Amino acid sequence: MEPASRLDHNHELSVKDLPYIVRWRDDRCKRCGRCTAVCPMLSIEPAVVVKRLVQSEGMTPEPKAARVVTTMVKQTTNIDRYCIGCGTCTLVCPNEAIEPEYNPQHKFNFHKNKGGHPYRRGGRRNDPLPSTLDRLRFTRISMLTDPALDAGRHEFRIRTYLGRILPAEELPVKMVNGKLEADRATGRFIPPVREIYPVIIGSMSIGALSPTMWEGLAMGITYLNEVEGMPVVMCSGEGGMPQRLLKSRFIKYFIPQIASGYFGWDEIVRALPHMVEDPCAIEIKYGQGAKPGDGGLLMAHKVLKLISEIRGVPMGVDLPSPPTHQTQYSIEESVAKMIQSMSMAWGFRVPVYPKISGTRTAKAVLNNLVRNPYAAAISIDGEDGGTGAAYNVSMDTMGHPIASNIRECYLDLVRHGKQNELPLIAAGGIGKKGNLAANAAALFMLGASAVSIGKYIMQSAAWCHGDEMNRCNVCNLGKCPRGITTQDPKLYRRLDPEKVAERVVEVYKSLDVELKKIFAPMGRSMELPIGMSDGISTDDHAIAERLQINYVC
Amino acid sequence: MCRLAAITSSEYFSPIENITALETMKEGHDGSGMGLILKRLGGEFEELKDYPILSGICSKDGMKTLDDYMNKLGFKLKYAWTPKIKPVKGIAGRDHYFARVYDYPDVYRDRAFEEKEDLLLKTRLALRKFGENDESIIVFSFYPDILTLKEVGDPLELSGFFGLDKSPLKAKIIFAQGRQNTNYAINMYACHPFFIQGYGSMTNGENTAFVPIREFLMSRNFPGYIGYNSDSEVFCHILHYTCKQLGYPLTYYKDVITPLKQSEIDKRSDSEAARLLKISLRPLCIDGPNCVIAFAPDGTCLMVQDAKKLRPGVVGGAKGKYGFMSEECGLDSVVPQRDKSRDVFPMKYDMVIVRPDAQEVTVWNQLHG
Repeated sequence: MEPASRLDHNHELSVKDLPYIVRWRDDRCKRCGRCTAVCPMLSIEPAVVVKRLVQSEGMTPEPKAARVVTTMVKQTTNIDRYCIGCGTCTLVCPNEAIEPEYNPQHKFNFHKNKGGHPYRRGGRRNDPLPSTLDRLRFTRISMLTDPALDAGRHEFRIRTYLGRILPAEELPVKMVNGKLEADRATGRFIPPVREIYPVIIGSMSIGALSPTMWEGLAMGITYLNEVEGMPVVMCSGEGGMPQRLLKSRFIKYFIPQIASGYFGWDEIVRALPHMVEDPCAIEIKYGQGAKPGDGGLLMAHKVLKLISEIRGVPMGVDLPSPPTHQTQYSIEESVAKMIQSMSMAWGFRVPVYPKISGTRTAKAVLNNLVRNPYAAAISIDGEDGGTGAAYNVSMDTMGHPIASNIRECYLDLVRHGKQNELPLIAAGGIGKKGNLAANAAALFMLGASAVSIGKYIMQSAAWCHGDEMNRCNVCNLGKCPRGITTQDPKLYRRLDPEKVAERVVEVYKSLDVELKKIFAPMGRSMELPIGMSDGISTDDHAIAERLQINYVC
Repeated sequence: MCRLAAITSSEYFSPIENITALETMKEGHDGSGMGLILKRLGGEFEELKDYPILSGICSKDGMKTLDDYMNKLGFKLKYAWTPKIKPVKGIAGRDHYFARVYDYPDVYRDRAFEEKEDLLLKTRLALRKFGENDESIIVFSFYPDILTLKEVGDPLELSGFFGLDKSPLKAKIIFAQGRQNTNYAINMYACHPFFIQGYGSMTNGENTAFVPIREFLMSRNFPGYIGYNSDSEVFCHILHYTCKQLGYPLTYYKDVITPLKQSEIDKRSDSEAARLLKISLRPLCIDGPNCVIAFAPDGTCLMVQDAKKLRPGVVGGAKGKYGFMSEECGLDSVVPQRDKSRDVFPMKYDMVIVRPDAQEVTVWNQLHG
């Protein structure tokens, strides 16, 4: 018997199955077509419909039915063109006639695997609940016995160190006429240490980011350093950097990253003899919090001329990075060798540190790095970190939260008396709910020496639509409606790098004020309150116990 | 606010001078305790300077434990001092207050002083542990030429309780502190001044960076860095760590607890070393508000402030006698005839230093190194 599905559309999806339903108002729409033209997913389209119109025009009711052919904006139920909820249609609509609405009853994950291809996307873990960091409060407020500082008038030093720090017992100093002098005769290697602002812009590559976005970020941090005197630094992500930047004096504000694909490193090595300044540091990426154990992928359609030049690859080919470095077989040897090789490339003048995903085994990595005198820090990226492209299953279910990972690593360092020797950099979900300063300060108090941010700066400096309700999150497709994660000139020309730079500066200046507003009432100003765990509390018993902080209610 | 009164002199004087100075500074309730450390002792201790003095409090049972343990280690009691207790209403006396002078065990007699110091520290820590649960033994110091006396109560009443007004007990350096009512649970080990291997300190204020500093000190693998019933004990241990463990000159104590900005360090002649130790000792940076008064093993006394909030502190006196006080009225009580215009109120960059025998006061400025 022939199934009836052809007649009742039984095997098709309805908009109720999709995560966003487009609310379109016939009475307001002037049919200008801007919304359908701008939709990055082609989720909405102009449609022609026949309507039955009943009208009465005389003094007495004389209803007449007429069939009218009219146009409307229609949402497709094709799952390949699902509405991502970005709201670009709303932005361009002159009459406020259209907006996407989140549909909490959606069945998206049941269906987004057509052709046997699992759902892939960009963005972050789709978990809108507050993170542990947002459950922490600053409860040690300086009062009468210890007057609070004035965030507006007192001098604060919000700085941290990036680099391996020698224990005081091993410092090559000697006493000469009652004063200490550095003792060069000992031949003791003094590792390079940078004094930086403790909130770093984390690794986002040119390629994953559009040229305009990357340029905006780079201009922003350069302005912060050169004009505002704030030593904010930024990591390149995997994929190299423009030659002009590599050979400029501004390279000192950047942390080039080397990852498992080594993309861009031919060009960096070629630039080495011509570099006039050392970079701030080198980051070796071993893992990423958003997709632990997974490699990167820059899709062929993103590999245009600029990207191919920077990365040293042909145009229009997929650029997959393996999940792990192919030379890596043991942390004792190959990781140590890699750290040493990168150190050697810059004459041991540049701190080199690895970045790993948050993991239950972070302490093992940490213990190993502690014993490696060339390891300059360790960056741990928690599960709430972002990515340009990954499988949904990796993003939503893989990974380790950053709070307890950093805390246990810090306490482990304390047990060995090494808490000031190997800086911990925390990443992954900092500012998830917009509380950048509070999340960062809480992580310092749990033991981090610095934090890295990615999604926060994309949202605040470039108006990224993404959120934890799976809004937008199409960074992987190169269709970013804001022009942040695309190589399509039509899209990235929407983004003005000057405006991004301006926002980066605004974000950091306000962050600086907010950090002071946290530190001042807690009576801290001279050094970052790293490990000041008596300053924070939570109203959750289990969190308090795990993090070894106060429970309050 | 705690009241601090330290006096350094070329002549022996009675601790009653410190207590009188504390009394002039008194405002409000002040019964949380008083601590005294006497250094460069006179009187009956003058001839016993080479022998370690164990200072503390114990119960009858505790005394037996203490005696047994000291005998077992081979320490020989040479002299025992106890204050002449006069019961005072409101002060709950304990069984034994003591300062007992011992001769070293025979095997240690000819050993280096560093080895003897280690033995004294370990012995004190073991005794402390014996009495930790039931307070049957409380030991404050075990070191040559150092006598410590502490108890809960008003300082002036305590001086009567200990009979200090009539005692021949004298010294050339005496530190005294009166604790005020900001301390809830009164633990004798939380009472200033603190002492470790020749270094002593007392502090006014609250230490906001206490937890990271405590963690740093406790992870140095040095057995003496324990306790921390008071957040101020770390100031004494930082001094010990800086000068004894690391061997830095005394003035670097200031660089450790209140490091300069890099732009300021660059102007110092020792800028390279100062930068290195600023980075390596980052967890020891204090944020205050704290006024620290301390002494070094040679009898040098000093006063420093934190870099921003500053607690009351003044140093003044005349050749032969200088006072380090929380308030000027304390100085008026101790050295009334001094030239007040020469009193020093240390600010953020200053370390006020008076060498042994109190001949002059010098101000070391951190900016100039």
